[in-house]
Amino acid sequence: MSSVAQRLREGAGAVGRRPRRQMVGDVLLVVVPPAGFLVASLVYNNQLLLLTMMVYVALAQGLNVIFGFTGYLPFGYVGFFGAGAYGTALSVHFLHAPIALAVLLGGLAGLLVAALLSPLLRLTGAYFAIASLAAAEALYYLISNPQLTAVTNGPYGVNLASVYNSGAAYLAAVVLVGVAMLCVVWVRRSHFGMSLRAIRADPLAARLAGVNVVRARTFAWLISATLAGLAGAIYAWAVSVFYPEAVFDLSISVFAIVFALFGGVGTVLGPLLGAVILYGVYNYIGVSQPQDFQLIYGVLIVLIVLFLPNGLLSIRLRRLWRGR
Amino acid sequence: MLWLFALIAGVLFGLYYGLAALGLNLIFGVMRMVNLAHGDVIMLGGFAAVLLFDHFGVNPLITVLLVIPPSLLVGYLTYYLLGRRVQRSRDPEMMSLVMFFGVSQVIEAVAVIAFGNNEASITSAVFGTRPFSIAGQGVPGAWLVSAGVGLVALVLLFLYLYRTSLGRATRAIMSSPDEARAVGVNPDRISALTFGIGVGLAAIAGILSLFMIGGTTPSEGVDLTVTAFAVIVLGGLGSPMGTFLGGIVFGLALMFTQTYAPVWSGFAPFAILLVIMLLRPTGLLGRTVRSV
Repeated sequence: MSSVAQRLREGAGAVGRRPRRQMVGDVLLVVVPPAGFLVASLVYNNQLLLLTMMVYVALAQGLNVIFGFTGYLPFGYVGFFGAGAYGTALSVHFLHAPIALAVLLGGLAGLLVAALLSPLLRLTGAYFAIASLAAAEALYYLISNPQLTAVTNGPYGVNLASVYNSGAAYLAAVVLVGVAMLCVVWVRRSHFGMSLRAIRADPLAARLAGVNVVRARTFAWLISATLAGLAGAIYAWAVSVFYPEAVFDLSISVFAIVFALFGGVGTVLGPLLGAVILYGVYNYIGVSQPQDFQLIYGVLIVLIVLFLPNGLLSIRLRRLWRGR
Repeated sequence: MLWLFALIAGVLFGLYYGLAALGLNLIFGVMRMVNLAHGDVIMLGGFAAVLLFDHFGVNPLITVLLVIPPSLLVGYLTYYLLGRRVQRSRDPEMMSLVMFFGVSQVIEAVAVIAFGNNEASITSAVFGTRPFSIAGQGVPGAWLVSAGVGLVALVLLFLYLYRTSLGRATRAIMSSPDEARAVGVNPDRISALTFGIGVGLAAIAGILSLFMIGGTTPSEGVDLTVTAFAVIVLGGLGSPMGTFLGGIVFGLALMFTQTYAPVWSGFAPFAILLVIMLLRPTGLLGRTVRSV
């Protein structure tokens, strides 16, 4: 119980009057990462790699919002990504929406799927994790079903070549990184984020303190899903041709979870660092066989859980603490 | 008489799915951990049977016995190297889930590297080519064998749990770990043994999966884990009898979908799982295993 009180006190410190230095830090956290990606595109010429990295930053941060702050781990997180990709594709094909609108509609698709699945939040722990996985798989089998070829083109994939524009897609991804960082900074600092942490520490106590547990959790779930939907939308726009199994690939969930865990969930900087470092290393080593990557990441997951359950940032904090 | 065939096939497949989910339920009951690598162990069992059959002509039914000792060993090692550590972490339920997710990824990757991405299978002719007749419906011998192995496993597990002192200790830990410890049960020993039994049951289910699900591929693990989870949620966590009831309900649902709407048979298991979890998360026979 003391840890609950302690956490609430820390949270209260964050919500109340805060020092200007922290405000500046928050602004930097939101502005610097997108700016960094903008500069990186001038220096480094593999734009698709950088874009994919940004997509993973958004996914890791989106996962962070739901897992890091509520403790709900959706293995089927990729479902929202796929929903976003298909939401965009269908908007372009059937509504003839301009691409910017189509991307937003992709985010909306993620949001709607999450709203539809919000009853899953009644489950906890492993039940929730596996139910969300089942939901993502069900969505995949639904979209790739040959009987729906007239709508989703079934298993034969989607072609968005008519709206292809790599420069604009890159800028959209830069904006997305900013939005994702803003969401997490806001969750971290706001009253809302404090209630999430209170719920995570002790749902009953939080409810007694006047927090609407269901509403707060659902809200985090919707934010998280919308970020994934937008990420899927921008990814779809950038690659322009894709198959259902590519945007519903479970390894997208794996990536997001590993990146977030590696950096440290519940922090603002952790998932960003995780995505940039691990995705960078992954491409630097140039693992060409998917199974090699899968092996490395699987081992990494096990090692993180056993030896670094609070992520990279916990090392830094521990050192600082010892130094004092 | 399409429905009669679906009914018979559903029950036979149900017994098989009960077997495939039994180990997962047992491990969850004792350790409160979901072994997300369960489906991958099933996949490995399938490959073991194919390799032994191809190279040494070993009958799959013999392989069923052969996989038991290595499975117990693997279960012991996994428990002492990984399970016990993660059980003592800050948030054992989530952390074990994430960790076994990693283990599942490792097994799948190693299987692709070792066996390639192709499907491996054994001809079902090893169990005879002539279909058996049940109520006028022709049923492949392999289905009967698989359902029979499932039943035998259920009976043996029942005898183990209710007629031996180790089984009594296992049930004690299932119902209350702290009280079990207080009366002198060693939770580590029971947990390691249970993990071994769970892995063994999964491997046996894997051998039979060659005849029930079709050939085995390295990537099938995740789907199998979700299927097994659906079955144990259906039947209620922590009861072996319930697992088989869940298996039969699942088998019937699957067979009727496959008979009347084959295009949706990939979609069905996941949809069934979602519906059950939302309507009745404690399962058909379930008591409330834990509170939120």
